[in-house]
Amino acid sequence: MTILPDVITKSAPKYTGLSRWARLNRNLTLIIPATVLTLLVLTAIFAPLLAPFDPTTGKLTERRLPPAFMEGGSNKHLLGTDNLGRDILSRLIYGGRVSLSVSLLVIAITAIIGTMLGIAAGYLGGRIEGFIMRVTDIAMAFPGLLLAMLLAVSVGPGYWTVIFVLSIFGWAGYARLVRGEALRVRESDFVAQARVNGASTLRIMLKHIFPNILNSLIVIMTLMVGAMILAESTLSYLGIGIPAPTPSWGAMVADGRNDLDRAWWISTFAGIAIGLVVLSGNFLGDWIRDKMDPRLRQL
Amino acid sequence: MSNIILQVENLRTSFFTRRGEVKAVDGVSFYVREGETFGIVGESGCGKTVTGLSLLRLLPEPGGRIVGGKIILEGTNLMELSKKAMRTYRGKMISMILQDPMTSLNPVYPIGDQIAESVRLHQGLPDNMVEQEVISALRLLRIPSPEMILRQYPFQLSGGMRQRVVGAIAMSCHPRVLIADEPTTALDATIQAQYMALFKDVQQKTNVAIIFITHDFGVIANMCHRVAVMYAGKIVETAPTREIFNAPRHPYTSALINSVPRLDRKDDRLYSIEGQPPSLMNLPAGCRFAPRCSVVQEICREQEPPEVDIGNGHSVSCWKVK
Repeated sequence: MTILPDVITKSAPKYTGLSRWARLNRNLTLIIPATVLTLLVLTAIFAPLLAPFDPTTGKLTERRLPPAFMEGGSNKHLLGTDNLGRDILSRLIYGGRVSLSVSLLVIAITAIIGTMLGIAAGYLGGRIEGFIMRVTDIAMAFPGLLLAMLLAVSVGPGYWTVIFVLSIFGWAGYARLVRGEALRVRESDFVAQARVNGASTLRIMLKHIFPNILNSLIVIMTLMVGAMILAESTLSYLGIGIPAPTPSWGAMVADGRNDLDRAWWISTFAGIAIGLVVLSGNFLGDWIRDKMDPRLRQL
Repeated sequence: MSNIILQVENLRTSFFTRRGEVKAVDGVSFYVREGETFGIVGESGCGKTVTGLSLLRLLPEPGGRIVGGKIILEGTNLMELSKKAMRTYRGKMISMILQDPMTSLNPVYPIGDQIAESVRLHQGLPDNMVEQEVISALRLLRIPSPEMILRQYPFQLSGGMRQRVVGAIAMSCHPRVLIADEPTTALDATIQAQYMALFKDVQQKTNVAIIFITHDFGVIANMCHRVAVMYAGKIVETAPTREIFNAPRHPYTSALINSVPRLDRKDDRLYSIEGQPPSLMNLPAGCRFAPRCSVVQEICREQEPPEVDIGNGHSVSCWKVK
């Protein structure tokens, strides 16, 4: 707190236990989700070293083995096996590679495209806006699954097909949100003042509009982590996602859904992983948003 | 007398709407000298702000356009500059303080960065010199301990302080002309008085020409050397400040001055001008003030009065004045 004169800051008491606790409490919203996400990303990266079994092959004699902590479970398969006898822990570890990389890549691609188009539409207005927003409407109205199937049939399903399909329509939501925010910020006096000071259009869009919409953007991006993992699993479920033996969390949830009554662990652990990522993403988003706001940063 | 730094000739600005052309500024001419404060006064919607924005060629899009006239700043006609060249003039040669300086600062940057933006845009200095320029701009506006203030965010500053920061941004590149569009309207009376004193001080140090746009005759009396009174997109009277108050010649000017509440007179009711200003889309033939004028003649309704120079830097557009 630089506003306080030296006398006050110097005579101020040292941090008490309470304020240290408050500090820690505030930081927990960073530490926990950041740790969870880092661990998940690391296990995904080092999957070949960590996974006890090959995720794509199983023994049919060891189908639907329960997790180790349950009756009939063994320490060999800590989280049990699925209906083809594949080790769930190994599939979970490898599945993270697909699910995390697909969702992060798609979010990065769609957010960049959507933000650029949205700012251009919102700030420039006129015909450019009309054109961009009509294309956005089309992208939002278009049945994405249909195109996904079409592509899967013509190009063949695969990792990049999934990313392409999710990206080609995903940007539209960002474009709409960003355009609305850009419209709001455009009317601010500081934008007018920047023009008065001789700033170029590009500079205003980058330095004045963009930082002021970043908050909303980050919130949407973190929410999208979950949505993208689910979208990928929908594609996998329809057989047009990542092709079969390669594990992905969404596909694992889909695989186990017929056996929920006798082998709940097939779907559940993948579901927990998805849930963890989504929650951590949201918490991290909150934390980033607070950090970005100069008002809250001082607290 | 010092040099004329800005000369505006027959400036005409219109907004083209679906319902027709709105002549917001219709043939405005004036000049400003170095180190002089020139006031533009008039009621809401008379074209004061649009005149100010026109000088920077920054009109609200879409629809706003300068239809004609010349804006000559130190020998260069700004109307002939390319968009890019015009941008190098804004902020550097001619800058402006907007109507509500309270919201003219970007909330996400420390104020030092915002002043530095102008400096970097126009002066191309190395970083350590930029900081020096920023600090000297803050000093010029008498902002205490500038080294500390420049790391603060707008929300950490008081209203009066924010206003000074906006002034510092406007003055950071040493412009020759500063347009101030009602910068004191959002302030309370004490801060307002301080701010005006500050402006005078800045002007003395930098010799900048100030165009002061306001509807407040008190501010005019305090700040301006010369004044133009605007009505419905036209300047009806231009005179040195003292003359405007002591010997207004245009009926609109005297009516305006009469409508200001005064402590030294005991009137039952405050004087007010009858009627409404004309629609700028559908202007009356003849003098624009004729429908509300108390001394209107036959000719006023038929022909526009010419601008008459009555000497001593005083000119009036009224048939009554010969």
